[in-house]
Amino acid sequence: MKEFFIGKLTLDALPHEMHTIGGSASIVLMLISIIAFVTYKKRWTWLWKDWLTTVDPKKIGIMYFIAGGIMLIRGGIDAIMIWSQQALAGSGNGYLNAQHFQEIFTAHGNIMVFFVAMALIFGFVNYIVPLQIGARDLASPFMNTLGFWLYVAGAVMINMFFVLGGEYAATGWLAVAPLSGKEFSPGVGMDYWIWSLQISGIGTTLGGINFIMTILRMRAKGMSLMKMPPFTWGSLCSMVMVVSVFPLLTMTIFLLFFDRYLGTHFFTTDGGGNPMMYTNLIWMWGHPEVYIIMLPSFGIFTEVVSTFSRKPVAFYKSNIIAMIGISTISLLVWLHHFYTMGADAKVNSAFGVATMFISIPTSALVISWIATMYKGRISFKTPMLWLMGFIAIFGLGGISGVLLAIPPVDFQLHNSLFLVAHFHSNAIGGVLFGIFAGLAYWFPKIAGFRLNERIGRYAVWSWIIGFFVAFTPLYILGLMGATRRLDTYEASTGWQPFYIVAFVGGLIIMLGVALQLVQIIASIMQRKRLVDRTGDPWDARTLEWSMTSPPPAYNFATIPEATERDPFWKMKQDGLQKLLYEDIHMPKNTASGIYISLFAFLVGFGFVWEIVWLVVLSMIGIVAVFIAKGFNEDSEYTIPASEVAALEAVSAREMRDTKKYAPENEEDMGLIEFVKTAPRWLFGLMRNK
Amino acid sequence: MNDSLAHETLNHEAAADDRTMFGFWVYLMTDLLMFAVLFAVYAVLRDSTFGGPTASDLLNPDLALIETLLLLTSSFTVGIGMLAAKQLKKDQVMLWFGITFVLGIAFLSLELYEFYELIHEGHTMQSSAFLSAFFVLLGTHGIHIISGLLWMGIILVFVAKRGLTRSNVRKLALLSLFWHFLDIVWIFIFTVVYLMPFIGV
Repeated sequence: MKEFFIGKLTLDALPHEMHTIGGSASIVLMLISIIAFVTYKKRWTWLWKDWLTTVDPKKIGIMYFIAGGIMLIRGGIDAIMIWSQQALAGSGNGYLNAQHFQEIFTAHGNIMVFFVAMALIFGFVNYIVPLQIGARDLASPFMNTLGFWLYVAGAVMINMFFVLGGEYAATGWLAVAPLSGKEFSPGVGMDYWIWSLQISGIGTTLGGINFIMTILRMRAKGMSLMKMPPFTWGSLCSMVMVVSVFPLLTMTIFLLFFDRYLGTHFFTTDGGGNPMMYTNLIWMWGHPEVYIIMLPSFGIFTEVVSTFSRKPVAFYKSNIIAMIGISTISLLVWLHHFYTMGADAKVNSAFGVATMFISIPTSALVISWIATMYKGRISFKTPMLWLMGFIAIFGLGGISGVLLAIPPVDFQLHNSLFLVAHFHSNAIGGVLFGIFAGLAYWFPKIAGFRLNERIGRYAVWSWIIGFFVAFTPLYILGLMGATRRLDTYEASTGWQPFYIVAFVGGLIIMLGVALQLVQIIASIMQRKRLVDRTGDPWDARTLEWSMTSPPPAYNFATIPEATERDPFWKMKQDGLQKLLYEDIHMPKNTASGIYISLFAFLVGFGFVWEIVWLVVLSMIGIVAVFIAKGFNEDSEYTIPASEVAALEAVSAREMRDTKKYAPENEEDMGLIEFVKTAPRWLFGLMRNK
Repeated sequence: MNDSLAHETLNHEAAADDRTMFGFWVYLMTDLLMFAVLFAVYAVLRDSTFGGPTASDLLNPDLALIETLLLLTSSFTVGIGMLAAKQLKKDQVMLWFGITFVLGIAFLSLELYEFYELIHEGHTMQSSAFLSAFFVLLGTHGIHIISGLLWMGIILVFVAKRGLTRSNVRKLALLSLFWHFLDIVWIFIFTVVYLMPFIGV
């Protein structure tokens, strides 16, 4: 009877180890402080109506940024724990036991890929793509909020183990079989892995479908495919890959789930199962996944380099074709992750050659960026600095990647720290730097004021220096024979000094993160001075800069026509035309996405703890919400043309007024000034209701 | 509402219909990829019978042929139902989609009967990798059929209550796409699972 009601869930599941108690306590404290703050400020209705139930892609984008930022810090703590354990482990055993260490690197990988990179990429795609293509909302606003909330449900699920269960998967981020089967991983940690990835993955697929619809069907008049801004192109490639490979992930995880729950024999060692099939299937998704998060970053860099060189993109067509080429070839190279599996030489060399082919379109991209800078009037603002760091680090990652693509070399380097250093070069130098460049570039559009340049520069340099200090030793260690995922090693290997240097590099990166937080706070403190008066602070070229910052809810009062590749640049050259306002149809807010995601979370939670009634009820709940949503045909509202005209007049007046009080000739706040003024500012913020 | 405004609203809705249809096609492709994984897995594991019976020992192609005919006929009736929906003939829609619903139930019953027989004789999805792949491939298709039937039932209630509104016709169109899609997947299942072992492939 008891089993019926609570399944496997007993008091033992409550936290009783230092790290789970600490984790739970910080989660609970965070929740209490958020609830207290919102109640104190009487902002519940505002939070629910203006934010949580919103279908505005701009607001959903901001929520993705916030969630992704929090998860970045969460994954960063994991990283620092890995670094410090390995720095210490050369003399003595460090402070983590093997099981805990394995859980940490598994969680680090899952969080950074699924809940940081994907979230931040989706944040930009949500916010920027509609603005770039001249759309007022997405093809399916509901699917967008559903996708976001499924992502949140997955993110909550991956952190649930702190509170209930106390263990996470200890299998590595891809949970290779048969290690992830019931036989070798009987605990709930593996089930948390399954459901957190499954739920957020389905959300990602929905997002992919939605953005393909939006980009292919909702572009402004005149914007043919080959006139689309590069970031939109990168996003389109990325989303096409999402719908091409995420279904594979979904099904593979389902099969693993069947193995664990129904006793099937897909990936088991007995019953005729085939564990290597899991490796194949998961990498068919896993390899394209790294390009899914990379391609939008490529797009961001192309935008940045063109804007800050004040030139149109050089070799635009090759640039776009290169992105398409990368996404196509990346579907055909998954086997290079397991040359050592024992496929014969023909198979390995075919995949090796395909892998090396990817460096051709990638080089074409780099050439396009450098050629754009050539003879341009370059201004080295922070987005441009991120780009410089990116080219250096990504070049290193690319060259080490080509090395690893050669099967005989890979037999030496397989699963070594050389590999770890290689993919961190691409993930940090490529993905994360792209996101940071995009943040610096579009922040004025999103917030209405630009970021502090001075502290921003410090952050860039901390990241670049920190990266090289942290990962160069890993390349060397890999060549010395150090395998990845080691919690301890013999002192006689002589590895410890390298691990210590890597740890110091990690600390420098952390300094970079801290400086970024300082940068944001300092910018908020000086927001009146940094305010973006024109909506176009960089003198940029694409449509997202053509409206006020931040944009109105309906994005465009009048849908522009795009006759050129850089439509806004053209408009600025020609002078603005007179605007004619029309009625605007906008989607209404809906809470259905939240409800469905809540039920999806409960389905996952019910499966983790084997509570059958919860699973059944929650599934019925999902269907019920869908039916209720189907019955409700009143999902739009109209802003009359007169109101649009009035709103536009107000924002034009506001823009004029800000010009009056914004002083021109001050420098951005430096660190010393920040330390002097921040406490008083914070104190004022607290006192102010 | 003046003419140009009515025209504009109509365009707005037509564009939304077009987008939804396109998006649904993309969704169907993702679903097809999930089936592709299952087919690949079935192909890999078909002979991994773990010493147990093989496909040709266990499966009954005659029953599967009847299932195939039922599903093909239901695809035909759904097509006629859609023609009626486009002509806004509500009674005909109810009739033809009703027939489709019954055919779907009949298909599902036969499939469940086959599952029951197998399990009854002790051939469960835990017996061997081959049977795991078999049950999961067919079961996934079956679950799709169940969701299709559920969806059909709900839309028919919508239609009965509100008539053939623009959004209801759109929903019917998506449903019929979904139904044809399941039919195509079944043709592949019939070929790969039932026919290939009997022609010695």
